[in-house]
Amino acid sequence: MMDYNIIWFILIAVLFTGFFFLEGFDYGVGMLMPFVSDREDDRSQVLSTIAPVWDGNEVWMITAGGATFAAFPHVYATMFSTFYLALFLMLIALILRGVAFELRHHHESLVWQQVWDKAIFIGSALPALLWGVAMTDLLIGLPIGQDMVYQGTFFDLLSPASIVGGLAFMSLFAFHGANFLTIKLEKVQLCDAAREIGTRCAMVAGVSLILLVVLIHLKVNLLLQPVALILLVLALLAAVFGVMSTKARCGMRAFISTSLSIVFVTVGLFLALFPRLMVSSLNPDWSLTITNAASSEYTLSIMTVAAFCLVPVVLIYQGWTYWVFRHRIKADGNHEY
Amino acid sequence: MDVVLLSRWQFAITTIYHFLFVPVTLGLTIFLALLETCYVTTKREHWKEPCKKLIKFFGAIFLVNFAMGVVTGIVQEFHFGMNWSEYSRFMGDIFGAPLAMEALTAFFLESTFLGIWVFGWDKLPEKVHCACMWLVAIGSNLSAFWILVANSFMQHPVGFAVENGRAIMTDFVALITNPYVIGEMSHTIFSGVATSGFVLLIICAWKIARDESSREIFLQVTKAVSVYLIIGIMGAMGTGHLHAQYLAEAQPMKLSSVEALWETADPAPFAVVADINQEKRQNDAEITVPGLFSFMLYNKPEGAVQGINQLQTAAENQYGPGNYIPDVTGLFWSFRIMIACGIVIAGLGFLMGGLAWIKQDLLLKLKGLLTWMPLLLPLPFLANTAGWYIAEAGRQPWIVVGLQKTADAVSPNLTTGEVFLTMAGFTLIYLILAVAAFYIACRIIKNTTIEAVNQEGRAL
Repeated sequence: MMDYNIIWFILIAVLFTGFFFLEGFDYGVGMLMPFVSDREDDRSQVLSTIAPVWDGNEVWMITAGGATFAAFPHVYATMFSTFYLALFLMLIALILRGVAFELRHHHESLVWQQVWDKAIFIGSALPALLWGVAMTDLLIGLPIGQDMVYQGTFFDLLSPASIVGGLAFMSLFAFHGANFLTIKLEKVQLCDAAREIGTRCAMVAGVSLILLVVLIHLKVNLLLQPVALILLVLALLAAVFGVMSTKARCGMRAFISTSLSIVFVTVGLFLALFPRLMVSSLNPDWSLTITNAASSEYTLSIMTVAAFCLVPVVLIYQGWTYWVFRHRIKADGNHEY
Repeated sequence: MDVVLLSRWQFAITTIYHFLFVPVTLGLTIFLALLETCYVTTKREHWKEPCKKLIKFFGAIFLVNFAMGVVTGIVQEFHFGMNWSEYSRFMGDIFGAPLAMEALTAFFLESTFLGIWVFGWDKLPEKVHCACMWLVAIGSNLSAFWILVANSFMQHPVGFAVENGRAIMTDFVALITNPYVIGEMSHTIFSGVATSGFVLLIICAWKIARDESSREIFLQVTKAVSVYLIIGIMGAMGTGHLHAQYLAEAQPMKLSSVEALWETADPAPFAVVADINQEKRQNDAEITVPGLFSFMLYNKPEGAVQGINQLQTAAENQYGPGNYIPDVTGLFWSFRIMIACGIVIAGLGFLMGGLAWIKQDLLLKLKGLLTWMPLLLPLPFLANTAGWYIAEAGRQPWIVVGLQKTADAVSPNLTTGEVFLTMAGFTLIYLILAVAAFYIACRIIKNTTIEAVNQEGRAL
């Protein structure tokens, strides 16, 4: 019994890590797009870097949600009803973003494109912020009762730590997106602009990561979770290395650094949680864990087989997509976006 | 209004809205895959160019539709946890699995290969590119399968046990081979084919009537589209009929409510119209065809059909006191709206198809029909909505028939203010986006010209 529950904790962590790594640069590109250039054809090039892949990347979030539902239904139920208004905002943002990608290029009018560009910015920035808030909240604890039902309000979701967590995610994703742009775009001016904004975002990311670790430590003794603490510190170092790489104009090295930084933050937070998935601030015994929140052994066993067969296949064909679209976006080509 | 009622409204609005786009996706992906297969395999060189333009044209409309379907689908998945947390707790062991499977097998497939399809025209060999659209079609229809597996359990639970107040899966194979799935799945796929076929037919009518240079091509397309539409609508009628026969044993209360049959009868009459009195649990007036209801169910003019009142008594004996009768008026009229829409759609399919195949010059003379046909666009969507109303309102007061009531399934921590805010917010954004998407789709249709070319490659 224990085995399946641990496997699923790991799988959920892997799915969220994949989600933050992939959508991290999608969100980042969406956030940076308005600031990289004012020109319509430049923005088209920027969006073209993620156009073929963003939808597939977003499925990582849906899969992470679905897998949580299947493996830890109580976590799914408590988490989604707890973050009710936050998720409402996130959904509105994601709706706007998804439709904007499709609609903005169908009309030549400047106003039309500006409206959808704003939608893409909000649709990228808000989910990034809210996921940071949520991940921090899961760890530092929320007023969850014995019946696993949330007893607070929307504003109880916001604490200094969770807001800093949101800023850390947002700025790290923006930096990640900037690095993605430098390895995907051909036009030099756009790459330079991305590097410049990316470096500024990296400063915010660095400061907020340090603050985040300190603020979390005030609530949860991270010294008792040395591996998690080490990973969070490594995330900071990776971000710093990313800045150095950006300054040295090594785009790929910078992108790998921010990728690692995101992976370290996510895995670190999950490790600090283990074996819990949602911490109750009212009573440690009321936290949702991999045992009291899990599905039956039968369901977990079936889903384990399914996941181990299907995830590798998904990785292969998603990897193939990146291979097909491996070339830089031409500065003079036709862009669908 | 209380949290339960508001949450039901919210879920209904999201689902109905989501399902405006889903059937178009289900059918249009298959159509596009077929069209591209023709494009790849055709030996008639002069067909290639217009065929590719057609694929890109229908593809552009499809993409707008697909984007709308995807973003509302995410809302759908989140709603279960946000508004129906007690349902998710009670049912998660069973309901979560198909949802996760849907993401793993279907969502990744359709979204990834659609990305490649849209942007990969110049990057892939023709056949590989065509295979991508087939994978999108398989992915979309596979996602319908998984979500209908989940829905079928709510209608007709199988392969489960109840332990410690939670439903536990005991047989995964039973869950996915639930006979209810076969009825829902076949009906949904054929409805998707019919819906997309009708949308395509309307586009053809529009282009034939208003775009002279594209007329020749769209006359040809009308031939193919009408066949596709007729396959869809006939299939939808046939599978719907079989599913209704199956409901006689699986969900008799839903079935008798759809026909407003209050008292058990043998043979049972079919009410064409009825003045339903839900409070008195009777029809104040009705026009019936004797024995027809029995005939529809058992293929012979005899056989008992249980009445709503008898089923209510049986339910009280089984589950304790309570009202187990769904909204009979709504179900009764939804069914008739669905059937009426289906008949008109089939009629137009046969008319347009017959003329396009046999007498094109006559079709071109029917200017009025071609010009005004776009006004009939709501028909298949009305039929789909009515069908889902029957499916979902017909299981009330249960959220999972016999296991959990809708009123017990809602998230306990929500306030009416919160649910009202989100319901209003979602509805508002749905409305705005519907207008924007519809506007863009019309623009694409209006601004695209596809000329037929003769064998020398010159415009006709």
